[in-house]
Amino acid sequence: MSAPNRSYDPVGVASLEPQAVQECVDAALVAIAGAIDLEALKQVRLEHSGDKSPLALANREIGALPPAAKAEVGKRMGLARAQVKDALLAREAELTVENDLRILRDETVDVTMTAERMGVGGRHPLTTMMERMSEVFVQMGYEIAEGPEAEAEWFNFDALNIGPDHPARTMQDTFFVDSVDSGVVLRTQTSPIQMRALLERSLPVYVVAPGRVYRTDELDATHTPVFHQIEGIAVDEGITMAHLKGTLDHLATMMFGTGIKTRLRPSYFPFTEPSAEIDVECFVCRGSSVEDPSSPCRTCGSEGWIEWGGCGMVNPRVLIAAGVDPERYSGFAFGMGVERTLMFRHGVTDMRDMVEGDVRFTQAFGLEV
Amino acid sequence: MRVSMTWVRDWVELPADISGREVAERLIAAGLEVESVETVGAGLDGDLTVGRVVDIEELTGFKKPIRWCQVDLGPDHGGVRGIVCGASNFIVDDHVAVAIPGTQLPGGFLIAARETYGHISDGMICSERELGLGDDHAGIMVLSNTETGVDAKALLGIGDEILDIAVTPDRGYALSIRGVAREVATAFGIDFHDRAMDLVDLPAPAVDAMPWPCDVDDARIAELFTLRRVVGFNPAAHTPAWIRRRINSAGMRPVSLAVDVTNYVMLETGQPLHAFDGAKLRGAVRASWAGSHGSFTTLDHVKRTLQPDDIVIRDDSGPLGLAGIMGGLTSEIGAESTDIVLEAAWFVSSTVAKSARRHRLSSEASRRFERGVDRVLAPYASARAAQLLLAYGGGSYVGLTAWESPYEPTVISLAGQLPARTGGLPIESSVVKERLEAVGCEVGDNATEGSADNFAVVVPPWRPDLIDPADLVEEVLRLGGYDVLPSVLPVISAGRGLTAAQRIRRRVGISLAGIGVTDVLTYPFIGDVDLDACLIASEDSRRRSVVLANPINDEQPFLRSTLIPGLLGVLRRNTARGVEHVAVSEIGRVFTAAQQISDGGVGIRPSVSRRPSQEEVSALESLLPIQPYHVAAVLSGERMRSGWWGSGQDYIWADAIEIATMVGREAGVSLSVEASQYAPWHPGRTAALSADGHTIGYAGEIDPRVLGRLGLPPRTCAFELDLSRLTDLATMVQPAPQISSAPVAKEDLALVVDHEVAASDVAAAIRDGGGVLVESVRLFDVYAGPQVPAGKRSLAFALRLRAEDRTLTAEEITRVRNDAIAAAEQRCGAVLR
Repeated sequence: MSAPNRSYDPVGVASLEPQAVQECVDAALVAIAGAIDLEALKQVRLEHSGDKSPLALANREIGALPPAAKAEVGKRMGLARAQVKDALLAREAELTVENDLRILRDETVDVTMTAERMGVGGRHPLTTMMERMSEVFVQMGYEIAEGPEAEAEWFNFDALNIGPDHPARTMQDTFFVDSVDSGVVLRTQTSPIQMRALLERSLPVYVVAPGRVYRTDELDATHTPVFHQIEGIAVDEGITMAHLKGTLDHLATMMFGTGIKTRLRPSYFPFTEPSAEIDVECFVCRGSSVEDPSSPCRTCGSEGWIEWGGCGMVNPRVLIAAGVDPERYSGFAFGMGVERTLMFRHGVTDMRDMVEGDVRFTQAFGLEV
Repeated sequence: MRVSMTWVRDWVELPADISGREVAERLIAAGLEVESVETVGAGLDGDLTVGRVVDIEELTGFKKPIRWCQVDLGPDHGGVRGIVCGASNFIVDDHVAVAIPGTQLPGGFLIAARETYGHISDGMICSERELGLGDDHAGIMVLSNTETGVDAKALLGIGDEILDIAVTPDRGYALSIRGVAREVATAFGIDFHDRAMDLVDLPAPAVDAMPWPCDVDDARIAELFTLRRVVGFNPAAHTPAWIRRRINSAGMRPVSLAVDVTNYVMLETGQPLHAFDGAKLRGAVRASWAGSHGSFTTLDHVKRTLQPDDIVIRDDSGPLGLAGIMGGLTSEIGAESTDIVLEAAWFVSSTVAKSARRHRLSSEASRRFERGVDRVLAPYASARAAQLLLAYGGGSYVGLTAWESPYEPTVISLAGQLPARTGGLPIESSVVKERLEAVGCEVGDNATEGSADNFAVVVPPWRPDLIDPADLVEEVLRLGGYDVLPSVLPVISAGRGLTAAQRIRRRVGISLAGIGVTDVLTYPFIGDVDLDACLIASEDSRRRSVVLANPINDEQPFLRSTLIPGLLGVLRRNTARGVEHVAVSEIGRVFTAAQQISDGGVGIRPSVSRRPSQEEVSALESLLPIQPYHVAAVLSGERMRSGWWGSGQDYIWADAIEIATMVGREAGVSLSVEASQYAPWHPGRTAALSADGHTIGYAGEIDPRVLGRLGLPPRTCAFELDLSRLTDLATMVQPAPQISSAPVAKEDLALVVDHEVAASDVAAAIRDGGGVLVESVRLFDVYAGPQVPAGKRSLAFALRLRAEDRTLTAEEITRVRNDAIAAAEQRCGAVLR
């Protein structure tokens, strides 16, 4: 190392000569460009920009220069060192990008090696269906009413204008809680909730009641002793059968799509008068399969219509039994089978699939909204 | 009711080009449920001719009897043809139906002259089944009252259309050609003439015999009871083909002329009739309460034990039949019956219904009486029947006896605007009147109501279902067609949405599905076998079963008191079907008897002519079992699956407890866990879950003895919670916590305790001892082994300490730690490891 040039002699320092400095810079730039990775670049930085690098050593010689020469040389050295530093930074940035990309490339996995590490769950499609149907009504302002499944005979039958001698009360249809004179049955329909709703709530009443019902049928492809219905009842001033029709049309649209038609056919239920069966246009063929043997429809059996449920105007006798003045109030009621709805909306062909609890059946519906 | 269109056309002048299908559509729109329209002999193409058998040669040497017949078809159909036939139920001179070569039978079978059994068979003698007329294939059809060469198709009713109508309980009149024809006439706007009410021209009664005496106990049995007698009847007389055909078309079987005539008239008019053999009757025939008459045998050869309130027809010898349901064997018409006594009556429908139900005996007659028969028809119908008997069976008419209580037709006062108000569309009063008249009502102005627009509607005797104004409204609306009703949504005020219980039930269902549990819906039927298998003790409250009087399966007569047996069944089914990891849950009601179910509950029957009182409703409610919602899950196999990432994790008791507490959180309830013993769980691996001092349910591993007994996978876990009770405890408004931003201090504590000490007790002691600065305590390791004394284990807890407003000092942290250790030592005998 040179000593300070105290005498201010115009001593030249060879390493500060433009030529020498340029050589250092050139050597550094070559080395920087040649660094193939960040590790190599670290070494290059040490050699060409570190404290022991030729440029750093040369820089120290500036002090030995006469004051008049210092400014010029200092500027030269500053430029040279900046040039090297910039090159280092630029190369570092390049190599960082390359390095990141390599790491990411190296970390690539086969994302198709998926496996269900967590088991798949699902809600029963009947549950979802009842919620879906209920939702249509809740959005209109209805509330969801409930009642017991082991129900008083009076609610299940008498209050619904099904007198003691009505055929529906026979042992063949109804589960009786022992003994047969206990006055308690497993409800055969969700309709007793009509009476409960009228007794428990103040008018007007707009409720739907999804739930489990029981009939003494043996399980087969189309029957089950335990099934589900959704009941609706509206009692208000001025309710007409047109309101019933409008409500069912709306439900059909929400369930099966815009433009789906419904049809009411006169029928008989003790608790409604007039009564009707509700048919919904087949949402698969929309009636096109009728009398066209070339394109049979499995959903509706090429009938064009699917029987959906029963409905009607609440029989004034039911209103009277609930203490509602039939001169002032009128109402409509309807009921649909939930299993049936699921069968034709989703193409379930065997009732047993819905009751056996095979998880593969439910899981197929698991992600349905 | 199977309705022949040609029969209907006897009653209604329906244009010939209107098909059965068009009629069906109109009837469906009017409220008759036409389930099918069939064409008799559909698929038969070509000639079918009546032939007379002129010669029969029995061929021998074949496996079955074969006949080589010569059949005369008359000059227009090739004269005598040789035909091979495999049936042998006919003789020479019988008339038979012959399909000649070129004719195609239903099912596409083309008749051709072909060699068979050594002869050229030039046609085919047909059976009922081959022609698609019925199921009878025992032999060929032998035709009576016909001639050689006539068209057998017309004779057999081939081409007739049959409408099969499912008759609802309110439309008894539609169980007759008369009733259906009236609807057809109305639907097509054709005038209807009710031939059933025409006077029947009967000969003057013979004087050498007496009409048969009759009587009725009281009008709760029958309001009208008639007997009409024909003597000197020829029991060998054949039923004419047209009557047989029509009886066939209705799906009944011809029997003998006397019986066929009663059935024919019943099918046509809707009035059930019964024919007695007068020679077998002793004294007056009366409709009577069964009283103490023990038993008798009905025509179907079943011995019937009578109840006092059954109604019977009897004579001096005892019961002759169940009134309105079925006759008895003793007075049956037989091959020698010449003295015919025709019973036609109007029995009270509820009485018939009750007896029919009690004896599980449904007949053509009882179906009609239960739904209601025309109140005045009986004498007209029996006159028609007598006329047919005399015409085809000869004999002399003797006369009628009758018992009748006064008949007052129902009169309904109807506001003229009620149909419009109910339908939600304008209907003129004149239209209301017109439609009610089409139904058969007489419609007059109701002067007593003092309003011009108020009708007095006299209901026809065949419509006992018309009682209230609403019934008339239905008639008016259905005849106008429901398709003209407008479609309008009612305007409803805002509702309150779902109840908390309903929201919680949905949330619980969704979160269980979200963590990989599959929702199922099982039948709620169990039995002792299920409770025994679950080791549930006899004094357990789940044994307070609600029992069904008529279960589907005698092994499972109870309503479930727990969801677990159903879920274990589902687990078994899935396992049997090769599903390896099964996590299933159910949300549903369980049932336990509130008290001794009383036998007399059926007697609590509030009047339906007013609102029941609160006391009456309470009395009804008190009959019912307790039926809360439960939620349960059965967890078996891996919760976290094994795979290339390593081994999985089986569901263990801790998962069951964790998932159960998750369910609690969904309801905003923090469930606390303590050791318990409760079947069917493992006695050493059962947690009772409680909140606010109420036990909400249990979770843990299923008792291996239960699993072994049921053949279920080992280590299966389960939980069951009372969801209704959980809902009652639900937090509706959750207060917000205070969140401190001061730094946390972490401390670990390893404490050695006796094996029996519950980790939760130690954690609670730490929390209580440490005081308010303890933010959380988490058990992170458990050790038992050589490093700790025998009978003890080390529990390692991670503590997070934090002050609300400052950084804790080292002294504060040490103090909390020491206090926590001291509390654990004092309360649990814990020693710092």
